[in-house]
Amino acid sequence: MRAAVMRKEPSSMPAPIDPIVEVRGISKSYGSTEALRGIDLDFPRGKLTSLLGPSGCGKTTLLKIIAGLIKANAGSIAVDGKVVTAPGPERAFVFQDFALMPWATALRNVAFGLELRGKARAEREEIARHYIAEVGLAGFEDKYPHQLSGGMRQRVGLARALSVDADVLLLDEPFSAVDEQNRRKFQEDLIRLRSNQNKTFIFVTHSIEEAVYISDRIVLLSPRPGRVSQIIEPEIDRSGDPDLIHRDKHYLDTVQEIWQGLKQYAE
Amino acid sequence: MTLFGYRVPMMASLLVWCVLWEIVGRLDLVFLLPPLSEVLSAAVGLVQTPSWQSATVTTLRAFFTGMVLSIVIGVPLGILMGRVKIADDLLGMWVNIFSSAPLSALVPVLMILFGFGERTIVAAVFLFAIWIIVLDTRAGVRHISPSLIEMARSYGASRRALYLKIILWAALPEILAGIRLGLIRGVKGVVIGQLLVAIVGYGALFETFSRNFRMAEFWALTIILFAFALLIAELIERAEAKVEYYAGAR
Repeated sequence: MRAAVMRKEPSSMPAPIDPIVEVRGISKSYGSTEALRGIDLDFPRGKLTSLLGPSGCGKTTLLKIIAGLIKANAGSIAVDGKVVTAPGPERAFVFQDFALMPWATALRNVAFGLELRGKARAEREEIARHYIAEVGLAGFEDKYPHQLSGGMRQRVGLARALSVDADVLLLDEPFSAVDEQNRRKFQEDLIRLRSNQNKTFIFVTHSIEEAVYISDRIVLLSPRPGRVSQIIEPEIDRSGDPDLIHRDKHYLDTVQEIWQGLKQYAE
Repeated sequence: MTLFGYRVPMMASLLVWCVLWEIVGRLDLVFLLPPLSEVLSAAVGLVQTPSWQSATVTTLRAFFTGMVLSIVIGVPLGILMGRVKIADDLLGMWVNIFSSAPLSALVPVLMILFGFGERTIVAAVFLFAIWIIVLDTRAGVRHISPSLIEMARSYGASRRALYLKIILWAALPEILAGIRLGLIRGVKGVVIGQLLVAIVGYGALFETFSRNFRMAEFWALTIILFAFALLIAELIERAEAKVEYYAGAR
């Protein structure tokens, strides 16, 4: 690939400054299907990195391996220098289908991570209320998931991940089950959230526009078996009006370049 | 239902059948069927007899003991089968056979095992009720969205918390449906058990009434039993309606 925006080949990539998550030689097969082959990746601290690729490239599998929800056949994951093999309090997951408990209110859903850690009720509900307000759901604390729209449910999922105060947030296509206008709003909110939460985001998506819009760094995966094909760091200023990003020349160029690279996998 | 443009309330059809029963009874066509009014007055008389009262206590005690046992054993067994493939492979066949088998045929065997007493009746209730509870619980556990389990794991749920805070609740609508169906089967179990043992509770009363052709009392007892079965099914259905708000939203 001769893309102009391409910054670094993974093989010749110098170690980025201060990686918080280090992926080393991860391979995963389901029976005879090879989902991931020899993935080596570093995720820089405090950045939002997207895993982008066509379906079948193993991006969700890789995210779940990082989360400790799926065991890899080979390789290791280190968070903050420590090798991890199971879920841990330094990582929090946001699910594609929200994974909310339908029998619990938004408040209890958000506080559930803290409930599992044995935090006292008053304390965890106070924290939950704070993050419910943070994601723009104040006033909906006592609503049940089925009383909320798709976008609002995912806000609950995001607030739950924020409330456990993990360093790394793992988001698995969080907006794919949310309708278009809510997705746009949500993406803007995520940009705002990132700038005031000092956290590392790892974000799986199949949308090129979404990846370029929100990411500091985009890891392109190629399918069958999933491998890292390219790493892109779009240099987009996100400090101003988020609507301007969609007209930013660099944004448009990067979307175009990634599309040129991914076109070959389109059916 | 509407009739000639008027809305007819639900219970109206029941009223039609009651009137029909009364008429057929009055015509004195078959001695097996006394008029409904006679049956109802027999019912009023019946509930005042000490023999009915002690039979009711015995029957209820056996019924509830059997039901508690089948719920306490059936729900965990269903959860185990829903979660552990080996358990499902080992037990699935037997649960399916027993849930559709003519269990009445097994009650005499229970009599050999447990003797001519209340223990046989409890065993009969258990045998009738447990299988549907196991099957429905298993189905409920199977239906739990995998991401809900992953959510609990990723937020550090212990095995105990996973079962008590997620799996039990997520499967609750199906568990309650299983218990409701189990209760109805349990009523069948208690009656068939008592009829076959014939010296305990309602079985003894049924036996006495039918042997002596006391048909009004026989039907009165039948109606009481039906009413009881419908009442507890209704109570469970109320509980189900309470969890429906999330069952429908899954």
